[in-house]
Amino acid sequence: MDIQFTPEDLAFQKDVRAFLADNLTDEIRGGYVGGHVDPGVMIRWQKILNKQGWAAPNWPESYGGTGWSITQKYIFENECAEAGAPAVVPFGLKMVAPVIYSFGSDEQKQRFLPDILDSNVWWCQGYSEPGAGSDLASLQTKAVLDGDHYVVNGQKIWTTYAQHADWIFCLVRTSSEGKHQQGISFLLIDMKTPGVEVRKIDSIDNQHTLNEVFFDNVKVPVENLIGEENKGWTYAKVLLTHERTAIAGVASSKKALHKLKEFAANERVGSGSLADDPLFNAKLAKIEIDLMALEYTELRAIASVSAGAAPGPESSILKIRGTEIQQQVSELAVEAGGHYSHVMNDGEAVGNDVAWTSSAKYLYGRAATIYGGSNEVQKNIIAKMVLGL
Amino acid sequence: MNFTLSEEQTLLKDSVAKYIQNEYSYETRQKIIKTDAGYSAENWSTFAELGWLCVPFSEDEGGIGGGPIETMIMMEELGKGLVVEPYLSSVIIGGALLSKAGTAEQKAEWISGIIEGTKKVSFAYNESQARFDLHNVETSAVKSAEGYVVNGSKSVVLHGASADGLIVSVRTSGDSLDADGISLLLIPVNADGVSVKTTRTLDGHRAAEVSFTNVTVAAEALMGTEGKAASVIDAVADEAMLALCAEAVGAMEKLYKDTVAYTKERKQFGVAISIFQALQHRMVDMFTAHEQCKSLLLRAVLSYDAGDVDAAKNIAALKYQIGVSGQQVAHEAVQIHGGMGMTDEMSVGMYLKRINVINTLFGNADYHLQRFIAM
Ligand SMILES: Cc1cc2nc3c(=O)[nH]c(=O)nc-3n(C[C@H](O)[C@H](O)[C@H](O)COP(=O)(O)OP(=O)(O)OC[C@H]3O[C@@H](n4cnc5c(N)ncnc54)[C@H](O)[C@@H]3O)c2cc1C
Repeated sequence: MDIQFTPEDLAFQKDVRAFLADNLTDEIRGGYVGGHVDPGVMIRWQKILNKQGWAAPNWPESYGGTGWSITQKYIFENECAEAGAPAVVPFGLKMVAPVIYSFGSDEQKQRFLPDILDSNVWWCQGYSEPGAGSDLASLQTKAVLDGDHYVVNGQKIWTTYAQHADWIFCLVRTSSEGKHQQGISFLLIDMKTPGVEVRKIDSIDNQHTLNEVFFDNVKVPVENLIGEENKGWTYAKVLLTHERTAIAGVASSKKALHKLKEFAANERVGSGSLADDPLFNAKLAKIEIDLMALEYTELRAIASVSAGAAPGPESSILKIRGTEIQQQVSELAVEAGGHYSHVMNDGEAVGNDVAWTSSAKYLYGRAATIYGGSNEVQKNIIAKMVLGL
Repeated sequence: MNFTLSEEQTLLKDSVAKYIQNEYSYETRQKIIKTDAGYSAENWSTFAELGWLCVPFSEDEGGIGGGPIETMIMMEELGKGLVVEPYLSSVIIGGALLSKAGTAEQKAEWISGIIEGTKKVSFAYNESQARFDLHNVETSAVKSAEGYVVNGSKSVVLHGASADGLIVSVRTSGDSLDADGISLLLIPVNADGVSVKTTRTLDGHRAAEVSFTNVTVAAEALMGTEGKAASVIDAVADEAMLALCAEAVGAMEKLYKDTVAYTKERKQFGVAISIFQALQHRMVDMFTAHEQCKSLLLRAVLSYDAGDVDAAKNIAALKYQIGVSGQQVAHEAVQIHGGMGMTDEMSVGMYLKRINVINTLFGNADYHLQRFIAM
């Protein structure tokens, strides 16, 4: 057991820094709309990563992964966050791709993976329904086999960025027999198919990320079914645990804390600065300590996965603490920005940089403890699966 | 000791509550905030007709002589309705400044205008370097032959663009952090050299960035004694905080009640989510937080009304606790609503935004905790 970087790791870190210095332009770094990165900017960045062969560090090498050690992945993620690189859109690279390479046919792998790797196709996640949120297995969107295609009817909700998506990966009901979980299938649907309709949901942060997606007699070729019919729940569970580890966001929370410290040092309070405020500093320090612990909890989890274990229910801890910390950082940023945090950033910028983006991040950030399986549901999982309660 | 409302107070409360119930649905409010003005002139006239705009003014000034208790009653109800009309900025804050520091002429013109609903004023006090210190004033007013020449800028002035007059805190002497040397000037918003840029705030209200470039004002624009406005500003800030905290208490009540109601309707796993104890306990905490804040509110309002020596300390305690508990209740409400809490379709998110703005106005929780410690 040791935590030192080897000379190879240090050389790798240097390479990553050089790559970022050459490729991460101010335009990409600053490509925010509200609290979100502009989708066009994210895609441009992902294509740059792919040119370098670094778009999918977590994929197996045979499909285009990097073959990095966990230390290298850790270094890469931290350097990217510290340099202010946009986060990767998770739906293709981090969510559907692992399902396709784990459970898809060879034909599906060839058809979908290269375009995901090069961010040519935008995916969205069609799981939740109005009646099936935390109780996802009760979903009702139906797919009925009719010759060489399924006919899909029903509704999905909260579908992030469906308005940009070319494809949606869906959980659909193919059987109503047995337990809820048993009749679910995993289907890939082209958003351009007749009968698919996207409607915007007005949200708390005044940005357009959320949508409803309606399916009205949508014909989906059988070759778009992943794996076996009625086994979709098993595949989705694998994806959900991947989603939960990806959601902790340790590196980006670290970066946000650094930015906040810098801001506090420059924010005038009387004849000093906000960095002289003991209450503010106490809040910063508490978050930092939580984050120090979580960083190691995450490293321990990643280490056990790379030693061959599947991501287990412990990934729920990362989701719970990671999202709580993200929220605390965003709350503190709003506080730091003072009055200007409350000016809506829909016109010409006023006030300071932190305040200008803080409230949009804060407001959207309330969702972090809701999506990806709410934190209450995560606690139920730990209680049952880890503690045996 | 007596915590019951008088007959008149009950009538006032019922009148506001009924209006909110019948005329001020969340959907109506959402339409109002999308208009350019950001408030409804028609509603404002109705407020005048209902006699709400005269509540805090003395009978001599044309009002009904309401005090902090009446203001609390009104603001709590307005808070439940997320009312966006500039009641706080113009009637409570602007009105209090005029009552406490206005000359006879200023009162005759502006207070009667406010009561009739024909004039509105906003208090331009905040500066970007000042954070929450009301005595940190750099906007300068230099004596001239006619009166004063004003230069500087004010930030996030509540409803600044829809106001007819701005009451501006200016420095007539001393350094930027001195309490001494601050004066108040009443400046028409359309005076030469005043530039007003409207911004929208998260809660759907309007604010303004106001700058003054060589603005010439007459000596009669001065309110109160030159250089001695700090104590007036502090007293008005106390009243503003009491009003804001009452509004927050109203919002918190709505939040916990709406959340309880939602959990009884929403079904997952074949049952209403209200049966999960993990959620029940948190709703109990929301309810408790509201009750505790209401208690601090009453403590602060009653002690201020009675002129107790510890009134200012009670207000600091209240503003701190509202800052902490208001946010706690709002966060829990959104969380327990799940995805629905993130929409603009349901009002929980809007209450969260309003509570956040209230926390910041006149100093956030940390600011008042530090004041409390020092008191
Ligand atoms: C911003 C955002 C983006 C999203 N993006 C997507 C997306 O791209 N694709 C997609 O498919 N979905 C997406 N979702 C949906 C998300 O996964 C659901 O919102 C989530 O699963 C919760 O479901 P719900 O909203 O129906 O809340 P509900 O399930 O109704 O839950 C309401 C509350 O009850 C609690 N609760 C429920 N059951 C229990 C229990 N047994 N014990 C204790 N507490 C419980 C919940 O924790 C929550 O606090 C997104 C959601 C948000 C907010």
